[in-house]
Amino acid sequence: MAAPTMENPTSTSTPSQTLTIAKALNTAMRSAMERDPKVLVMGEDVGKLGGVFRVTDGLQKDFGEQRVLDTPLAESGIIGTAIGLAIRGFRPVCEIQFDGFIFPGFDQIVSQLAKMHFRSQGKVKVPVVIRVPFGGGIGAVEHHSESPESLFAHVGGLKVVSCSNPADAYWMLQQAIECDDPVLFFEPKRRYWEKAELDPTIEPAPLFTSKVQRTGSAVTLATYGPMVRTCLDAAKAAEEEGRDLEIVDLRSLSPLDLDPVFDSVRRTGRLVVVSESPPESSVTSEVATRVQQECFYSLEAPVLRVNGFDTPYPPSKLEDGFLPDLDRVLEAVDRSLAY
Amino acid sequence: MSPEHWTRPSRPDEQTRNGTASGPAATSAVPTREQVIAGLRATSEGGADLVQLLTPEGQRVSHPDFDIEVTDEQLRGMYRDMVLVRRADREGNALQRQGQLGIWVPLLGQEAAQIGAGRAMRPQDMAFPSYREHGVAWCRGVDPTELLGIFRGTDHGSWDPNTTGMGLYTIVIGNQCLNAAGYAMGQRFEGRVGNTGGDSADNEATMTFFGDGATSQGDVHEGMVWAAVYDAPVVFFCQNNQWAISEPTERQTRVPLYERARGYGFPGIRVDGNDVLASLAVTRWALDECRHGNGPVLIEAFTYRMDAHTTSDDASRYRLDDDLEAWKLKDPIERLRVHLVREQIADQEFLDSVDAEADELAQRFRDFCVNMPEPPPERMFSEVYAEESPVVAAQRQDYLQYLDGFADSAAGGVH
Ligand SMILES: Cc1ncc(C[n+]2csc(CCOP(=O)(O)OP(=O)(O)O)c2C)c(N)n1
Ligand SMILES: [Mg+2]
Repeated sequence: MAAPTMENPTSTSTPSQTLTIAKALNTAMRSAMERDPKVLVMGEDVGKLGGVFRVTDGLQKDFGEQRVLDTPLAESGIIGTAIGLAIRGFRPVCEIQFDGFIFPGFDQIVSQLAKMHFRSQGKVKVPVVIRVPFGGGIGAVEHHSESPESLFAHVGGLKVVSCSNPADAYWMLQQAIECDDPVLFFEPKRRYWEKAELDPTIEPAPLFTSKVQRTGSAVTLATYGPMVRTCLDAAKAAEEEGRDLEIVDLRSLSPLDLDPVFDSVRRTGRLVVVSESPPESSVTSEVATRVQQECFYSLEAPVLRVNGFDTPYPPSKLEDGFLPDLDRVLEAVDRSLAY
Repeated sequence: MSPEHWTRPSRPDEQTRNGTASGPAATSAVPTREQVIAGLRATSEGGADLVQLLTPEGQRVSHPDFDIEVTDEQLRGMYRDMVLVRRADREGNALQRQGQLGIWVPLLGQEAAQIGAGRAMRPQDMAFPSYREHGVAWCRGVDPTELLGIFRGTDHGSWDPNTTGMGLYTIVIGNQCLNAAGYAMGQRFEGRVGNTGGDSADNEATMTFFGDGATSQGDVHEGMVWAAVYDAPVVFFCQNNQWAISEPTERQTRVPLYERARGYGFPGIRVDGNDVLASLAVTRWALDECRHGNGPVLIEAFTYRMDAHTTSDDASRYRLDDDLEAWKLKDPIERLRVHLVREQIADQEFLDSVDAEADELAQRFRDFCVNMPEPPPERMFSEVYAEESPVVAAQRQDYLQYLDGFADSAAGGVH
């Protein structure tokens, strides 16, 4: 019997099922580990506990301690050793427990992970995936609600993606593990328990592509990760007022796949970019710049942005003000339409 | 190979001299996991390497290096400290369960380590804590109610580190160890270390608190390197509560943590972290060493995390109750209570009065918590910089204007 592959996924998965983003990620890692014995999972508390969000639940039990590693408590160590393992031919999937704890590993990510392929003139590949539960809205203490994705999108040599629903979680993580480049994989932690249908027989889109999640003609919203749900809700509310919003889920933050956004803006003439991250020098700045370059003559209004603020993440009682919500998205839509 | 052997791995030449090996050691030179665990726990039942002054049965014992004179009043005081912080801690757990707090980080079981260390400090000293240091905060004069904002989500820490000598809680594991090393370097640079005679009372020291898991972080290692290179007056106080969330200590180390100090070039001591007297004695000695210019020092307080990691954690997924039962017998408060009663240092009236005071504290803690005001939205933009940023100022103005829009439309609806 042929080994199961991503092109032949039904041999490892049951047909269509309803599952959460967390479970989809778990299933994705399980499939990847079954397909390729070089795939490892490593991080703090990922083994016996199954991760603080239970995303790696059951993997150590089934694959053993040599493939699912409860590592010492050091992010620099997790990423640095993953790089060494990758050089040795493994495909490590690292879990960073929370967004705010990736920074002890920042040096290894920027200095080694991002540059290894270039420095070695392609002789050394480092197919490391770094999974990061990110974003706010869970009422947590400091350092547990941040959106640091732009810091990584800024670095040449890294690829950065974010999923927004169970089907994408399932496919994108497997694609990231198969990718020969390092991939930062940002998971919308406050959406972990949202459920949707996953039909594993439907061919997935390529990893580094954006996707139109909803078609509409009035205003284009470009967003990713946890804000996709917020924008979909906003679109529903806008529809009741007779405004039809188009939503592009960027999915890949580096490289950006903006052709679907350009196409959309050429039809709507208006763009609002939405993200939880602080606005200055962020992915949303990049999208806005490129759209005004490519679609200048189609634009009916300046590109607007809805973001967090350029402050440290606030105490959780204030996070509802920090995080873009339906009202703030719709207010930006109104402003765009008022031009 | 005996487990104890692994607490002190020998050099190859020692092995040769003993005639046990020449050339590469056999693979059995690598300890099994069981040997590592046995080595790490070698002092669990006491032993020469564990400083203990009060046995789990409440028996006062002496120690050749770390004996201590304490008055009856001090003993009663530390009993009161421990009972009160435990009571506030349990109330914190209850408040979280009732939805009044987003999370609580229990200190249960670690009262003696923290009160012993905290009471060894002087007002002019500085503490750099992690996030579980409610007992240390108490000793620094930070009222338990001042901890609540962090866990209710109204602030990131409300006390003033400058006036209390208590740094803010630090959640990113290990960060504070480097900050403490730097602060201690400053104490030395400013001539607050090693003074003799009349000035010696002004000598200062710094103490930083972290866990067994934290010892794997680069920041902790670097903190120890810096402290050693600059002879900084800093005590590295590691509470080894045997767990870093779900990971036992053997996921972090082969040798007992206190032994690592040798590699940095300063003393390391393992103290019974459930013995408040020993914790006080060892920490007082360590701080004095630092004040005299003989720092740094590493203390490993051997203790146990009796509750879950936090209220969000389910410890039953990764540890057995057996350990917990064994450690219950070493309870830090109970052993001091037995000692106080047996030695007639405290009577029932005193014990009752402490309990009554604990009830009052719990009530005050709870009342404070449920009545905490919500922070106003502009707080998000306040004090981000010492010198105001025009970017943040503009975002603040836009946001407040945006909120005003809602107020206007709400008012509009009334018409
Ligand atoms: C840099 C960083 N990584 C991960 C975490 C998540 N985390 C919080 S507490 C903890 C375990 C800490 O264990 P230990 O140092 O033993 O302290 P304890 O909680 O037992 O007091 C982890 C992994 C964090 N806070 N910071
Ligand atoms: Mg610990």
